[in-house]
Amino acid sequence: MFENILIYFVVIPVLMLGGLALCKNIKQIRAVAVVGSLALVGLSIALLLGYLEQRAAGATAEMLYVDSWTWFAPLNINLAVGVDGISVAMLILSAIILLTGSFASWKIDPLPKEFFLWLILLSIGVFGFFITIDLFTMFMFYEVALIPMYLLIGVWGSGNKNYSAMKLTLMLMGGSAFLMLGLIGIHYHSAPEGQPLTWNLLEIAQNNAIDRNWQYFLFPMTFVGFGVLGAMFPFHTWSPDGHASAPTAVSMLHAGVLMKLGGYGCFRVAIYLMPEAANELAWIFLILTGISVVYGAFSACVQTDLKYINAYSSVSHCGLVLFAILMLNTTAMTGAIMQMLSHGLMTALFFALIGMIYGRTHTRDIRMMGGLMKIMPFLAVCYVIAGMASLGLPGLSGFVAEMTIFVGSFQHTDMFHRVFTIVACCSIVITAVYILRVVGKLLLGPVQDKHHLELTDATWWERLSTITLIVSVAAIGCFPNFFAELIKFTFSENIFKVLGMN
Amino acid sequence: MDYSQFLAMKQEIGLLVVFLLVFLYDTFMPKKAQNSLSAITCIFFGLFTLAGFCPCLSYDANAFSGMYETSAVIVAIKNILNVGVLIVLIQSIKWANSESQIMRRGEFYELLLVTLFGMYLMISARHFLLFVIGLEAASLPLAAMVAFDKKQYESHEAAVKYILTAVFSSAIFLMGLSFVYGLAGTLYFDQLAFAVAIEGSKSVMLIIALIFVIAGIGFKLSLVPFHLWTADVYQGAPTSVTAYLSVISKGAAAFAFFVVMAQVFGAVYSQVWEWMLYALIVLTITIGNLFALRQRNMKRFLAFSSISQAGYIMLGVIANTTGGLGSLMYYILVYIFSNLAAFGVVAAIENATGKVSMDDYNGLYKTNPRLSFAMMLAMFSLAGIPPFAGFFSKFFIFTSAIEQGSIAIYVLVLIALINTIPSLYYYLLVVKAMFINENETPIATFKSSVSERLGLWICVAGIILLGIVSCFYSSLLELTNAM
Repeated sequence: MFENILIYFVVIPVLMLGGLALCKNIKQIRAVAVVGSLALVGLSIALLLGYLEQRAAGATAEMLYVDSWTWFAPLNINLAVGVDGISVAMLILSAIILLTGSFASWKIDPLPKEFFLWLILLSIGVFGFFITIDLFTMFMFYEVALIPMYLLIGVWGSGNKNYSAMKLTLMLMGGSAFLMLGLIGIHYHSAPEGQPLTWNLLEIAQNNAIDRNWQYFLFPMTFVGFGVLGAMFPFHTWSPDGHASAPTAVSMLHAGVLMKLGGYGCFRVAIYLMPEAANELAWIFLILTGISVVYGAFSACVQTDLKYINAYSSVSHCGLVLFAILMLNTTAMTGAIMQMLSHGLMTALFFALIGMIYGRTHTRDIRMMGGLMKIMPFLAVCYVIAGMASLGLPGLSGFVAEMTIFVGSFQHTDMFHRVFTIVACCSIVITAVYILRVVGKLLLGPVQDKHHLELTDATWWERLSTITLIVSVAAIGCFPNFFAELIKFTFSENIFKVLGMN
Repeated sequence: MDYSQFLAMKQEIGLLVVFLLVFLYDTFMPKKAQNSLSAITCIFFGLFTLAGFCPCLSYDANAFSGMYETSAVIVAIKNILNVGVLIVLIQSIKWANSESQIMRRGEFYELLLVTLFGMYLMISARHFLLFVIGLEAASLPLAAMVAFDKKQYESHEAAVKYILTAVFSSAIFLMGLSFVYGLAGTLYFDQLAFAVAIEGSKSVMLIIALIFVIAGIGFKLSLVPFHLWTADVYQGAPTSVTAYLSVISKGAAAFAFFVVMAQVFGAVYSQVWEWMLYALIVLTITIGNLFALRQRNMKRFLAFSSISQAGYIMLGVIANTTGGLGSLMYYILVYIFSNLAAFGVVAAIENATGKVSMDDYNGLYKTNPRLSFAMMLAMFSLAGIPPFAGFFSKFFIFTSAIEQGSIAIYVLVLIALINTIPSLYYYLLVVKAMFINENETPIATFKSSVSERLGLWICVAGIILLGIVSCFYSSLLELTNAM
């Protein structure tokens, strides 16, 4: 079992939990968190190199590092693992954000031990979700990632935290109720009459045995189930409240990684396993995600709380991910994955910076602050960079992703897709509005509060955290081809064969 | 008569031996030795439980021309109940040795063992006469146990309510049996099954009989609309008795219910009782959840939570497959551990401070972190959060319910799944009280007794291991599939 590199993505966090249990003071806790997440970053880079090497050597299998260990034999449930380009990209993203999140919670108070305990439990869920290809195990990790949020927000959050924590947990659990039914349904239709049923994604896709009528029932179940976590309209309302109340590292992980679970799941389970229904029903969800994209951006324009602005912007950007996936062609889907990476890094950067600013000024209301460029130039410049990535400045990640998405979407020649693509395109302009408004007011405007003049700039751990993220954002922006190559193999014939298109 | 038939009843005989030993020890040992009565009972029962796992017991046999049956599955469910009873016994030591109970604790143990004996008979019965004997033996002594807090007004009230409902439900059940007997002229399960198959679903008499039988057992399981006694009895009874009532009594009744429905009425499953049970499940889960939302007393809260859990258990019955039975038994096993952990914490706090309100739990984590952690695990497991055992038991019972694949069952499971959201809400309320809410005067730090801690450790270990370690579910499913 332990020859497979993938299993260590779960083993390391479990070891970290064990290490935490032994910790006596905050220094040891920090050490465990940083060493562990560094190990995870290293592991994910090793995985990336290994993956590319195998691909370069001509491995054409859909997934690499595939392995399977029996778990519940009578139900044919296995702990099956395997990765393709998307999972590798997501694993790197998660590891980076966990690392920067640990730095961002350097001075967490009170109960630092419990905080990291829940944070690491959450990361077990995230890593586990991305490595498994067995529906049961996948769902289990998915739920493992959800529940720590309740305590993380409830205990360490700010503002209206009780309400937000409960709302977030219940809405996400509501999504997973639909999801569970969908997954069990898929299982019972996973193989043709007379053959053993399976939970394994690859086998189900190969059997392609879910008949069309059942697809019409199961596809919406799974898509909505994952879509709730991807903040699809009208199930997005947990996101602004939840992100606004969560402590910094949790907002980072949640917006940066957890919301990607939704998009990844929609792609990996709903569309991959039921392409016919996806093709027929995509228009319903295109409308919904189209609303998310535009509505999220407009909502962000009128908010005055920094976290709310960024949370609504996340709704808009994550809506774009689902929007692109539903376009069902290679270009748009590549763009969707790039957007997941880009948004994950960028929004984590945003939330980290907001946390740092809030830690100094004790307010997140943009009307109460101003002129921060003079007071804390480092943080302010980072904020501008994050903003530029968000509104799609070439050279940073946002441009590459959105460009790819819209080019892909426009390949559809019919009126419906064209109109919705144009509508979604408008969100870029609206994004520029709210980003520039904040930059102008918060960073460049006159100083609003005399006390702010005495504030200090970033500390070393804060610099480390932000610089890591900025470098990653720029890397995607400058070398998009590398990532496109990484993702390319994923969209092998399997989906498009069924749809008869490319 | 061939007396060697009694050898088929090894577990019952073993239980009687334990009962007699406890009884004799309680009656004839000198005052000094009496102090260790609780420990002695636990040790005797622990040995008996261990012996139950001996593979030499797991064989098919029957006695008294088929009135009594034993098999590997029946031994397994009895073992599951034994483990639960053992935990209840360990958790109740502190309460039983408290000043007000110490004179009468022998009776507590004896009554408890007698009710367990009744449940054994219910499980093994393949003739309704034996079934009724078991049912009565399991419920009447329980009324005495509910009234055990002699000086508490609520305890008396609860006992009166319990005995009236128990007798009433027995009467309904017997009424149903009289119809059944009138229909078939026999009370043997296997002969009844033939008669039911011939009679078919058109028979009005059969339908009425089924309604009475389901209602009668529904009272025991506290399915809605037969649940009205539950909250008051759970609240009034001593916490150890409530724990026993909510897991062991319910588990035994659920298993017996499955056997009766599948073996006797299996022929009219899809025409008649699938829909009755369908309605009962929807009502039970929904109403149990809705009433639990507003409860502030922990025991009432757990009462309504146990009502909705009973609804989930019934999903195993409506599956009507061997896989359903396996999942049902696994659900009972996990439910025993999760619910007993919750009751263990409630009892520990009640014994130390006398407080049972959820508001008293505010800020508990600051003063008693370990108890809060155990309670949190119990709540997560009851709510079905991975990686704790409750998640696996819920997932598997849903999976087996869906196995037959009709759209109606998909809808039923969807209703059950949507119902997990309010249930998660109220379970999280407890977690919120302990971890998040502020409190000026939280329950002071106290040291719980060794027995309480031992009981909680067992439960916590069960909650963590029963799910992740797959052999429990796999072996149960293999057993039932081999039936």
